Amino acid sequence: MADVTASTNGNGIPATGLVEGPRGAKPKRTFSRGNIFLYGTLIVVAVYYALPLWVMVVTSLKGMPEIRMGNIFAPPVEITFQPWVKAWAEACTGINCDGLSRGFWNSVRILVPSVVLSIAVASVNGYALSNWKFKGSEVFFTILMLGAFIPYQVMIYPIVILLREMGLYGTLWGLVLVHTIFGMPILTLLFRNYFTSIPMDLFKAARVDGAGFWGIYFRVMVPMALPIFVVAMILQVTGIWNDFLFGVIYTKPEIYPMTVQLNNIVNSVQGVKEYNVNMAATLLTGLVPLTIYFVSGKLFVRGIAAGAVKG
Amino acid sequence: MTSTDARTVEAGNGSRPPNPLLKNLSAKIASVPMALTALVIFLGCTGWTVVHSFTSSKLLPKLDFVGLDQYDRLWSTRRWLVSIENLAIYGICSLIFTLVIGFTLAALLDRKVRFESAFRTIYLYPFALSFIVTGLVWQWLLNPELGIQNVVRSLGWESFSFDPLYNPDIVIFGILIAGLWQGTGLIMVIMLAGLRGIDEDIWKAARVDGIPVWKTYVLVIIPMMRPVFVTALVLITSGIVKIYDLVVAQTSGGPGIASEVPAKYVYDRMFSSQNLGQGFAASTMMLLMVAIILIPWAYLEFGGKKRG
Repeated sequence: MADVTASTNGNGIPATGLVEGPRGAKPKRTFSRGNIFLYGTLIVVAVYYALPLWVMVVTSLKGMPEIRMGNIFAPPVEITFQPWVKAWAEACTGINCDGLSRGFWNSVRILVPSVVLSIAVASVNGYALSNWKFKGSEVFFTILMLGAFIPYQVMIYPIVILLREMGLYGTLWGLVLVHTIFGMPILTLLFRNYFTSIPMDLFKAARVDGAGFWGIYFRVMVPMALPIFVVAMILQVTGIWNDFLFGVIYTKPEIYPMTVQLNNIVNSVQGVKEYNVNMAATLLTGLVPLTIYFVSGKLFVRGIAAGAVKG
Repeated sequence: MTSTDARTVEAGNGSRPPNPLLKNLSAKIASVPMALTALVIFLGCTGWTVVHSFTSSKLLPKLDFVGLDQYDRLWSTRRWLVSIENLAIYGICSLIFTLVIGFTLAALLDRKVRFESAFRTIYLYPFALSFIVTGLVWQWLLNPELGIQNVVRSLGWESFSFDPLYNPDIVIFGILIAGLWQGTGLIMVIMLAGLRGIDEDIWKAARVDGIPVWKTYVLVIIPMMRPVFVTALVLITSGIVKIYDLVVAQTSGGPGIASEVPAKYVYDRMFSSQNLGQGFAASTMMLLMVAIILIPWAYLEFGGKKRG
């Protein structure tokens, strides 16, 4: 086997062309047994993955009587948007009965500063780490990378104390700070890898032209790194929107993010369970990351791949 | 303007930036948040918790050392033992199934499939969702009166029973189903990237030698993808230890304490039952678990061959 590989590679251009010829025009037997098995498996798995979303949608559009009688997979006989209205504006958590809209706006108010701040800090980190290395910078980076693996549970309590000392515990800005801190390892890695891939000559040229640390950052690096800023934004928006743990620890009930409020609405023990309202609420909460996911497509994948596989 | 002028001079002196103490002052100032995060949060807070896990802290943290008392108590608490057992079952199953399903899907998608991006989009979308959303959807799907069990029964199979969330013996598998639904897409994407990185010549060679496709995967491709598998492994395990939101949303640890997990134990001890010492000890155990997984990996990854 190794011999074959070697000889095809070693035979020079004409031979390579010859070998690659038949591969390019692979015969298309669309209905071969293998293909049916292949596509069959893929489709069955796709149905399994898609079903929960389908169930969420159809349940949220049914009335309660229909849910009690029918099949959860069946499409609604009578479409009603009442559950959506109720989930958004009337659902109760504790004594507040103004629905998920409160959580939604809280999440937005948490999201915007957190995303901006975390990306700003991490991009500067990445830039400093790739172009302005100083003694100790790699040590900080290593700690940061190891820190990404420390379970949050180990650090949450001391951070409560720190935030309390700073007067930020239970406030929106405290949570923003926490998101900035815990988003830092992955984002710094993302930016560092990207800035390292930008040719050093460009950086040198800018320095010769008299640009300093910030000059190069704003006029050279940021404009060149726009795609990676978008990737970082996707990563952070979905990550922060989906956060539950930090929201529940570092904020007060009035500024609970959407996920926390959703959990409180659905898992509250009082009252009759309204599954349609619950599913509408769940779907509403999932809508923001889902929209980002379906719109951004490849960039989302790039974001998680960059996060997952070290560059 | 003066500072930029100064930099021009520096740049003129040596083409690469050297490192005297005040040279990269802007860079150092800009790195203060990173340094603070690394030192205060990741080192400081972790150390603080570990130290306080040896104290008798109850309502408030205090430095009254009691040796390993908290750990003794922790390991004789039934709830913690259940948590650990659940984590072990969930972890092992999740690891095996995620790797197998993730790799199989990636391999199937790599067979030059039509509509590949459509399939990939469907397999990956759960990953974009919050664990809370995932937990609540599966709570609804697994509802015994109205969910899947009810649908199958109404099709005529009256004795069909599938109510993992209400059966203490199998509740962790109910959570596993949801976890797999959410997590396999990510591993599939990583595996797919790994498969795409494999040289076409390998496939050609295997085809010329007449090795069946499945055998090529098992004997050639998987061994070649070792680094990808290791990355996936690290990713899955570090996710497993952190599992919290999913359990809170899906079962709140119930029925009884049947689906408790360590992260939830820590949270409850710290913020509900005001037993900080137990929380610190439990979280230190979590750190230890991660370290046990991470150290061999770091050794393999960075110890064996030095990388720039």
